[in-house]
Amino acid sequence: MNRKKHWWLKTALCVPAVLVWGVLWCMASGALTGQAELADALGPALGLPGSESYARWPLLPDAPTLQPMAELTLDTPQFFAMFWNTCRLAFPQVLGQILVGAPAAWAFSRLRFPGRRMLFGLYIVLMLLPFQVTMVPNYIVLDALGLMDTVWAVILPGVFSAFPVFIMAKGFDAVPHSLLEAAALDGAGPLQTFVRVGLPLGIPGILSASVLGFIEAWNAIEQPMTFLKTPSLWPLSLYLPQISSSALALAMAASLVMLAPAVLIFLFGQKYLELGIQASGLKE
Amino acid sequence: MKKMAAGHCVRKPQREWAAYLFLLPSMAGLIVFLLAPFAETVRRSFTNALGTQWVGLYNYQSVFHNEAFRLAAGNTARFLCVCVPLLLAVSLILALAVRALKPGGRAFKTAYLLPMAVPVASIALLWQVLFAEKGLVNGRLVSLGVQPVDFMGTGAAFWVLIGTYLWKNSGYDMILWLAGLDGIPDSLYEAARVDGAGRLQCFFHVTLPQLAPTLGLVSVLSLLNTFKVFREAYLVAGSYPHESIYMLQHLFNNWFLSLDMGRLTAAAVLVALVLLVIVLPLQRVLKGAEQL
Repeated sequence: MNRKKHWWLKTALCVPAVLVWGVLWCMASGALTGQAELADALGPALGLPGSESYARWPLLPDAPTLQPMAELTLDTPQFFAMFWNTCRLAFPQVLGQILVGAPAAWAFSRLRFPGRRMLFGLYIVLMLLPFQVTMVPNYIVLDALGLMDTVWAVILPGVFSAFPVFIMAKGFDAVPHSLLEAAALDGAGPLQTFVRVGLPLGIPGILSASVLGFIEAWNAIEQPMTFLKTPSLWPLSLYLPQISSSALALAMAASLVMLAPAVLIFLFGQKYLELGIQASGLKE
Repeated sequence: MKKMAAGHCVRKPQREWAAYLFLLPSMAGLIVFLLAPFAETVRRSFTNALGTQWVGLYNYQSVFHNEAFRLAAGNTARFLCVCVPLLLAVSLILALAVRALKPGGRAFKTAYLLPMAVPVASIALLWQVLFAEKGLVNGRLVSLGVQPVDFMGTGAAFWVLIGTYLWKNSGYDMILWLAGLDGIPDSLYEAARVDGAGRLQCFFHVTLPQLAPTLGLVSVLSLLNTFKVFREAYLVAGSYPHESIYMLQHLFNNWFLSLDMGRLTAAAVLVALVLLVIVLPLQRVLKGAEQL
């Protein structure tokens, strides 16, 4: 009926989409360009000597090369250390969030006990606090426990975040009460019911929380910046923004390697990511 | 005395214990890492830096008289006032457009959501090149015959930050709007059309009023997410930005480096209070809207 209208709409929608795919294209092409070509093209913007005109981006490299990528992965142990640091901060955090959060979410969603509404309200308030508010309390504890400047200073406060509990509770809400009653009739205790019925059926909620949690942890800047003083503990997110222009090609390759896991997890987990975002907006 | 309700509503003490056990690890962590130290934070906001001597409201006065705090709080407020309405509008337009395409909208949805996953740090170099004085954007401007702009050295930095923020966060709000739009029953549109309403009238008399509860939610979440704008500011300008994008987190970082606990604790309590004052009435409104 209104094919024509859709044609216009699609064209209009392409503009913001190009802003997104364009950025990813730039990242990919930049990582495949050699140091000399990059320095020549980007030099003006980065204040390198001997350049007069304006910078341009090598959208299609003159001489595509895997050399920077090979150098990065084969000869740059510092990069590996930082990539490993990022993994070491992100994965235990997400794993901990699920181990600690899933039982709590199950209790809020499917068990009835005095104080439930009040406690859940407390979780919602805590979930809404920005880092500016939580950093001082976190610091006081981490300092008292002697954990400042260790990976635990970033991992532990992240593990006990209230947000994943909220998302997973929304996921468990989909488990029908009739199944729980059936399990109880079969003589299953609360723990068995949780493990045998709750966990398998709550997988979408758990995946939603994991995808959101991973993206958040992989991107984190504030927490490592505040709680980690030793540069050898720093994740990529602190190092990449201050890369020197002398190692442009390496920096581009490193940027792509940091981007890739987050984007891949996004593409595979998009359905759960959307579910998670929707859950964060559902009224209680 | 109240009579026990019959059937499955009877509380079984054993199940209650189970619930508390399920909650225990999470609650214990929250108490240790957040609640207890937050109480300590409130206490220390009224004491000297070592926490040994009561100083009344001295820390709060010192925060309020601090130039940098006024600058950061003003910038953050300005950012909220400009960014949240823009974000709400842009994401709503995207949601309506993606929905109008129905099956064809899927690819666009992915595209708009994707920046959420792009780590700020990984695109830092690209952004530097885009907005440098001799950068890509200025190169394009000059070739179009427009004066180049010093994006990072002037108040233009604020608008770069707004643009970056919209780029990264519109997708999240779009998903929330889409969920709200899906919740509007088709029967309302049919009834409106039977009454002779056109497309625009349908939008203003059915869609917008029905989206009111979603609007409240998206606003609260967007407001809270804008406190994370430090990441984008750090992406655009590193640790030493132009003063128009000097945000609360920059100030907190500085105070943290100098371990100015007096001001830091007072400012944290202030931010928490301001948020409560803004968010709680909004939640009331939401609860009210739900009961309609």
